[in-house]
Amino acid sequence: MTPKVVLVTGVGGYLGGNLAARLAADPDIERVLGVDTVPPPKDVVRTMGRAEFVRADIRNPLIAKVITSAGVDTVVHASTTTNPAGPARRMVLKELNVIGTMQLLAACQRAPSVRRLVVKSTAAVYGASSRSPAVFSEDDAPKDLGSSGYAKDAVEVEAYVRGFARRRPDVSVATLRLANLIGPSVDTVLTRYFALPIVPTVLGFDARMQLLHSEDALAVLELASLGEATGVFNVAADGVLMLSQAIRRAGRLPLPVLRQALPAAGRLLRGARLVDFSPDHVRYLNYGRVLDTTRLKAEFGFTPRWTTRQAFDDYVSGSKLRPVFTPTLLAAARRRVLETRT
Amino acid sequence: MQEARVIPLQRADRRRRVPTSAAPKPDGPIVEPTPLHPTREHPPVSAVRRGIGDALGFAVRRLTGDYPIDEFGFDPDLTERVLLPPLRLLYKNWFRVEVSGIENLPVDGGALVVSNHSGTLPLDALMTAVAVHDNHPRQRYLRMLGADLVFQVPLLGALARKSGQTLACNPDAEQLLNAGELVGVWPEGFKGVGKPFADRYKLQRFGRGGFVSAALRTGVPIIPCSIVGAEEIYPKIGDLKTVARLFGLPYFPITPFFPLLGPLGAIPLPSKWHIHFGEPIPTDSYDAGADDDPMLVFNLTDQVRETIQQTLYRMLSQRGNPFLG
Repeated sequence: MTPKVVLVTGVGGYLGGNLAARLAADPDIERVLGVDTVPPPKDVVRTMGRAEFVRADIRNPLIAKVITSAGVDTVVHASTTTNPAGPARRMVLKELNVIGTMQLLAACQRAPSVRRLVVKSTAAVYGASSRSPAVFSEDDAPKDLGSSGYAKDAVEVEAYVRGFARRRPDVSVATLRLANLIGPSVDTVLTRYFALPIVPTVLGFDARMQLLHSEDALAVLELASLGEATGVFNVAADGVLMLSQAIRRAGRLPLPVLRQALPAAGRLLRGARLVDFSPDHVRYLNYGRVLDTTRLKAEFGFTPRWTTRQAFDDYVSGSKLRPVFTPTLLAAARRRVLETRT
Repeated sequence: MQEARVIPLQRADRRRRVPTSAAPKPDGPIVEPTPLHPTREHPPVSAVRRGIGDALGFAVRRLTGDYPIDEFGFDPDLTERVLLPPLRLLYKNWFRVEVSGIENLPVDGGALVVSNHSGTLPLDALMTAVAVHDNHPRQRYLRMLGADLVFQVPLLGALARKSGQTLACNPDAEQLLNAGELVGVWPEGFKGVGKPFADRYKLQRFGRGGFVSAALRTGVPIIPCSIVGAEEIYPKIGDLKTVARLFGLPYFPITPFFPLLGPLGAIPLPSKWHIHFGEPIPTDSYDAGADDDPMLVFNLTDQVRETIQQTLYRMLSQRGNPFLG
């Protein structure tokens, strides 16, 4: 089923904006509506073509009018921010995430035209701890989640989505749990983190990181909005990088900090408006998180184009990170040792 | 200046037959092209140089982050070059480990190695890993399942993951077994590793049989493994429960030399070890859903436990002095 009228929330963000642009380029779709409180960035607006922008707050009942009057049949909820790139105001984000989703779903439930709902969620719903399995599958319940925080928001959002799916069984609902995004054009907590010349890490811990290239994230969201697949899907690139390995690949220097001192270091960085160190993020840096993507490949029919390593290397080369440290001396020494004088 | 001479190619050929295709056929003897930039001859490098070169290559690889990692954080490059060598020293020269029954381990494909646990510190797990890697014809790695306490401890947790360990839970075990890995499990857990010296070689309860259901669900054989010698490395004659509770540890051992001699007491006694891999117990003959039958799981658990216990008794009766073997 090709959707006729698509509504994309969060077009002010990277994923929402670019997704609206991609959908607008599809001639089979009649209308693409983008909703957000802030207009998309200028460079995205240029690519958005015939997509229309509705300046509205999804927390406002007005959104219901937009949906019914336009006869929206596919809603892509891409506005939830669970990993804000920079320091953000916690309460505002919680409002946007949880209350916004509630309002949007309430509006969808009232609109008989809605046939399809795609929700962008996050892999953070699994939490990260020493007691969780190494590889999360879609059926794993979260463990050791903080009592508040963005991960908790995402869990609540997913609970509302499940409730909606129960009340409107005629709507096919796909929830995509995206791994941390990376790429040269996207601005996330990780891209900012690895751009620091000296990267604070947790002393004695090394996280397993599985990433997702931003292009792959867009592709999977597009496929989900055009397709029919129902259920929860983990979305992540193949392969794993250790945090220490990623730091070395980016040519950064790690700064191991005691776990107890990391919140303080995080506050310092927050204060400098560089990067957000939420407790969720610190836990992620402790233990990391790897997702099982069998269901994505087998049932959903999507295989990410970039592996984690390729995505990370693309980010490093594409965002023109200047390596702080390269072992050229050692490499030269090795060549000299292995070459015999003739 | 010399003028370039034009030398017609394949003149004889053209005269003899009509060309069927435009492209010349590559028949006739293949002439090795002379390289424009001859690669410099590599005379054999001396062993020392190669060693240094290898080490430097390793350092460069590590510093540029150019090495593979699996989903569980296993780092074969680091394990092979940094973690195994010191363990091998301990294995060969300190505990003088003897291994038998290595032919019971499958050449490839998944299997679950189930072993007794002892020694106050889980050195037996590490030695089993060395034994498998160094004696197996394919030099397979034993992927060990560890307690969550291991992964909470800074440095130790990270190293454990890098050496191929993962959390002892069914999803992880099944994932590894499905991937055809050799998985090692010590179902006695802390009850086994921290049992008093008086109870040596008496197997404790085998958990809740989670390892059996993992094997049943993946259909891999269970290989009972008996380790003799590990009980004597730190004879635990007492337990400071309050101190243990203070540090959040399952026990705080008193051995004849610890904490009396301080850090010196942490040196394990040089007992002579023997590791025996028993006959595999197949689990693929049961029908699907067998892991849901608690009775079957209990029976299999008991069978594995009894096999290990009997083997231990047999090995102990054949052993002379614990330190001389």
